[in-house]
Amino acid sequence: MSEKKLAIIATKGTLDWGYPPFILASTAAALGYDVEIFFTFYGLQLLKKKINVQVSPLGNPGMPMPMAMDKWFPVLGTAIPGMQSVMTMMMKNKMKSKGVASLEELREVCQEAEVRMIACQMTVDLFDMSPTDFIDGVEFGGAALFFEFAGESDITLFM
Amino acid sequence: MADFDQELDASGLNCPLPILRAKKALAGMSAGQVLHIIATDPGAVKDFEAFAKQTGNELMESKEEGGKFVFLMKKN
Repeated sequence: MSEKKLAIIATKGTLDWGYPPFILASTAAALGYDVEIFFTFYGLQLLKKKINVQVSPLGNPGMPMPMAMDKWFPVLGTAIPGMQSVMTMMMKNKMKSKGVASLEELREVCQEAEVRMIACQMTVDLFDMSPTDFIDGVEFGGAALFFEFAGESDITLFM
Repeated sequence: MADFDQELDASGLNCPLPILRAKKALAGMSAGQVLHIIATDPGAVKDFEAFAKQTGNELMESKEEGGKFVFLMKKN
């Protein structure tokens, strides 16, 4: 049985958008897929040794908030300093209580399953990030490297 | 007692953890052995069917028991 391949581009650096790449990559690996994730722009935050990402209610009208605040709380209020941290903390607590894995846990499963993780060299340079900021095993490369794998993939997803 | 070689309690865990834990448990078992899985995530029912179909492991049993979902999976 030849292995199926999944290629993912991860571009977002928020708590909520950190999940899809790691959930799908870890699950695909468990199903026997050969998986590669190309992290670019804000997605690079997901490769930092300590993942420090937040979720913001600002500009995010679909985000359910406690006490149905998403229905009545003024949009401008979501810009109040500290709002983002509070919402992030609440979201993390909610996830924990519902048995949702942490991003770190899913990332570890990906690492154990040998999911290939590539950091976009151009964005690393652009944001003055250092290779030492990232977890071990991360490779650095560009668009051509992504296509080498994506071109032979059965599924390609942009997130 | 039911016939199984190893048990995995994935109660309280949400997608995709039951699948990931099951995969890990199966990796440490030998062919023909049976894994007994307990989960509370309703999504696990369809997920384990799909997992079995795609990995070739046999889903011998899938049932609801006292509000929990119980599976027997034979490693291929």
